[in-house]
Amino acid sequence: MMHEHAFTRRLFIQRGCALASLAATVPYFIEQSALGMLGDPALSSQPGVPDERILVVIQLGGGNDGLNTVVPFGDDEYYRARPQIGIRGPGAAAQNGQPAALALDGARGVGLHPNLAALKELYDQGLVSVVQGVGYPNPNRSHFTSMDIWQTGRLDAKGSGWLGRYFDNTCGGTPKPEAAIAIGRNAPLALEGDVQKPVAFESPSLFRWIGQDLHPSLKEPYDRINRAGAAASPTGASEPDSQKSFLMRTALDAQLSSDRIRAAAAKDPLVPYPQHPLANQLKMIGAMIRDGMPTRVYYASMGGFDTHGSQLGTHGNLMKQFAESVQAFQRDLKEQRNDARVTTMVFSEFGRRVKQNASGGTDHGTAAPMFLIGAGVKPGVFGNHPSLVDLDQGDLKYGIDFRCVYASVLEDWMKAPSEKILRARFANPHLFAAKA
Amino acid sequence: MSNVFQPIAKKDFDYAAAQHLLNRAGFGGTPAQVRALVELGLDDAVDYLVDFKGERVSNDGFAFKNDILRAQTPQEQELLRRARIEKDTETIARLERERQDRQNNDRAQIAAMKRWWLARMIESGRPLQEKLTLFWHGHFATGYRTIENSWHMLMQNGLFRSNCAGNFADLARGIISDPAMLKYLDNDENRKSSPNENLARELLELFTMGEGNGYSERDIKEGARALTGRTFKVNDYFFDKQVHDAGGKQILGRSGNFSGEDFISIILEQHACSRFVAYKLYRFFVSDAPTITRDGVETIERTAKALRDARYELRPALRALFRSQHFYAKENRLSIVKSPTQLMVQTVRSLGTPVRSIDRLVDSGDYMGQELFQPPSVKGWPGGRSWINTSTLFMRQNTAVFLISGRSVRGPAPDPTKDGGKPEPFDAMHLVDHLRDSTGALDARECVRSVASFALGGDPGAARLAELDAYLESVGGAGGGNSAIKSTIQPTINNERLQALLCLIAAMPEFQLC
Repeated sequence: MMHEHAFTRRLFIQRGCALASLAATVPYFIEQSALGMLGDPALSSQPGVPDERILVVIQLGGGNDGLNTVVPFGDDEYYRARPQIGIRGPGAAAQNGQPAALALDGARGVGLHPNLAALKELYDQGLVSVVQGVGYPNPNRSHFTSMDIWQTGRLDAKGSGWLGRYFDNTCGGTPKPEAAIAIGRNAPLALEGDVQKPVAFESPSLFRWIGQDLHPSLKEPYDRINRAGAAASPTGASEPDSQKSFLMRTALDAQLSSDRIRAAAAKDPLVPYPQHPLANQLKMIGAMIRDGMPTRVYYASMGGFDTHGSQLGTHGNLMKQFAESVQAFQRDLKEQRNDARVTTMVFSEFGRRVKQNASGGTDHGTAAPMFLIGAGVKPGVFGNHPSLVDLDQGDLKYGIDFRCVYASVLEDWMKAPSEKILRARFANPHLFAAKA
Repeated sequence: MSNVFQPIAKKDFDYAAAQHLLNRAGFGGTPAQVRALVELGLDDAVDYLVDFKGERVSNDGFAFKNDILRAQTPQEQELLRRARIEKDTETIARLERERQDRQNNDRAQIAAMKRWWLARMIESGRPLQEKLTLFWHGHFATGYRTIENSWHMLMQNGLFRSNCAGNFADLARGIISDPAMLKYLDNDENRKSSPNENLARELLELFTMGEGNGYSERDIKEGARALTGRTFKVNDYFFDKQVHDAGGKQILGRSGNFSGEDFISIILEQHACSRFVAYKLYRFFVSDAPTITRDGVETIERTAKALRDARYELRPALRALFRSQHFYAKENRLSIVKSPTQLMVQTVRSLGTPVRSIDRLVDSGDYMGQELFQPPSVKGWPGGRSWINTSTLFMRQNTAVFLISGRSVRGPAPDPTKDGGKPEPFDAMHLVDHLRDSTGALDARECVRSVASFALGGDPGAARLAELDAYLESVGGAGGGNSAIKSTIQPTINNERLQALLCLIAAMPEFQLC
């Protein structure tokens, strides 16, 4: 007996969590949806219920210059520290070939980089929360270490990733094959749990067996070999927990994921995306969301933010690419009617030194703004801009610990226990709208 | 008492057993090498591997530099001091640039070291030496990115290699004098006035006794005091007596003015230490299945006793383990998930494929989750099933395709010996040469059986063989793909078809086991 309307992702996810291995013949993936079919029809999912929510993380690698992203134009100290690369306040004439900042919050004296016009549009629609001065104690200025600190959510930069722990904690021991997807060659540490492991691929066309390119005749036998599940194993049925059965189940999962991901990405998006690397990643993510993948967390990244020299042009380009990509993604989600289900979180491993350096760039710094984007966020500017005079070795003092932002994302958006996942209590700044 | 730790009967050391031994105590070998091992017989085969009787690697003297990350000279320090006073930003910037250049050069050197070590594993005539070096690297895990000094990583690699089958006590004592480890676990900041417990804690938890095996938080604290002052200067261990805490300590029930060496000696007296080392060896060499059987538990216990009986000499324990009934038991054949390194090195060494591009193999290792000189944490690589997920499985299958055919997701690897874009040829026929009859002819089905069993390290099963046979028939009849005559004409085997078959075999989920 099947209740068609009960075949929902909600059940899919809830049951998946509680599940230990059942019959050896089905992959985890099918097993979970099959259980969903037997569920209570009253629990059919509705858009916006917590277990349908998705988090998209955008990592800005290299250390984004926060002070030229959210510009503290109201503070003269900013222009003293950055005579060549400072950006004028809204309405001012262009300087150093650089147009004035976009108005963000006049009362607080902060504006947006002029190339963030696309982000500003989203802000004006009430879809953006700007969290100022995010950092952590005893800031580390090494790219690697600071990135590991952000990704593990631990100041010693050790252990599993914070989002990996989210999955480990909400899914008692059974990994879900498509729960976390990263676009890129390597899966980020943030998604690595002890149990949950992320899927990572640069492009869907690479998430497949390349042997079939040698000769078309290889595809069919390959498929039969890898889609058999554990049933084809002579020992599989009697030893569902053998190493071989485990591998055969994973092989089947891989084929199904590959099919789904490539089918999703093959469809044209509902809105045009610009030709930027980040836009391409978000286009793929948009396609997977549209296709109803059970993925809860997607991870995209953009590099090049390590602007030690002549940064005006470089950083300006990055800002433009970032904003246009995010805007297209947001439009896509709206067109799909999935905009209420998705929050995008943007971070970088650190900001940059307050004072510009001798080469018209900036060196590694500390605290910087984060963005939360989506219909669920509490829009506006959150927190005060860090002081430009009360510094720690030339760097900004953070106002809000990044793990507090994580706590809000986990509790208010993902509806998960942040203390358990972050392994400590961090005050939740409530960055999401009350209805969220 | 059961006889799990007794040697198997000499007659049971057959082809399959010899292949199992070569896969586990090394990185596999060609059919000819496996046959040579069978010829030696159990005892001599084990001795050959454990006593490192094979040829040394020729490129032992890879020219690495030990002074890339030299400290600033007094002249440079003076220059910088003056520049700061005079606000000479140009000089400051130049010195900073030079420092960054040194760091970039060092990163290039660690990349070269990864290639060097992987090539060494592929080439070495002493495979167990390299495999044990990899084992100890995962056991005493230290990551380059934290310490950012390639020469220190190489020195540590040398410590592991020269003691890999020697005495565990030398490894344990060596590691608390090893600059890379001292830096990695902050012992360079472990001083009497402000003790740092990091090394003491991991020494007990991960390197010697194992968590929950009979030591307390107090033992960690007192052990940390014993380790104070153990630091390094430039490239050498240095004992800083000034900051060493020479006072009385109580560690694991003993009292005295213990030093770091004493701390190690006290740990080595604990049965828990021999058990933990035996357990780690078991997981690496015998089985990494999620549950350990009763025979497995007993084997660990017996290995631990062998270690204690030989005062932590590793060779006697390894020799016994590699001859034991449990090691060759059915439950332990194909019971280990190949590490990414094992997968690549074994594919090259057993099938005899070209290396194609050591650069790309290093990359593949990273993507499959095993970056040499960069274990994910001080716990090392968790291994077993954690190696496998839907992404890494594709990468594993595709890496095998790359080695066999030269085709990769990034396009074919050019033949380094020639211009032009064609991949280096791979003659797979050596895998079936021994099957030729007196006229030199080959029976295609016999080849399929032989190659599949060999590449998978065991019986492929009827279903797999039928699949491979069907493939060969579809492409390989003398009359081509014509189905009307396919059934009457025997398929033939050639190098191209054998390579295609190998790609399919390497795509079988069970190919990931050894």
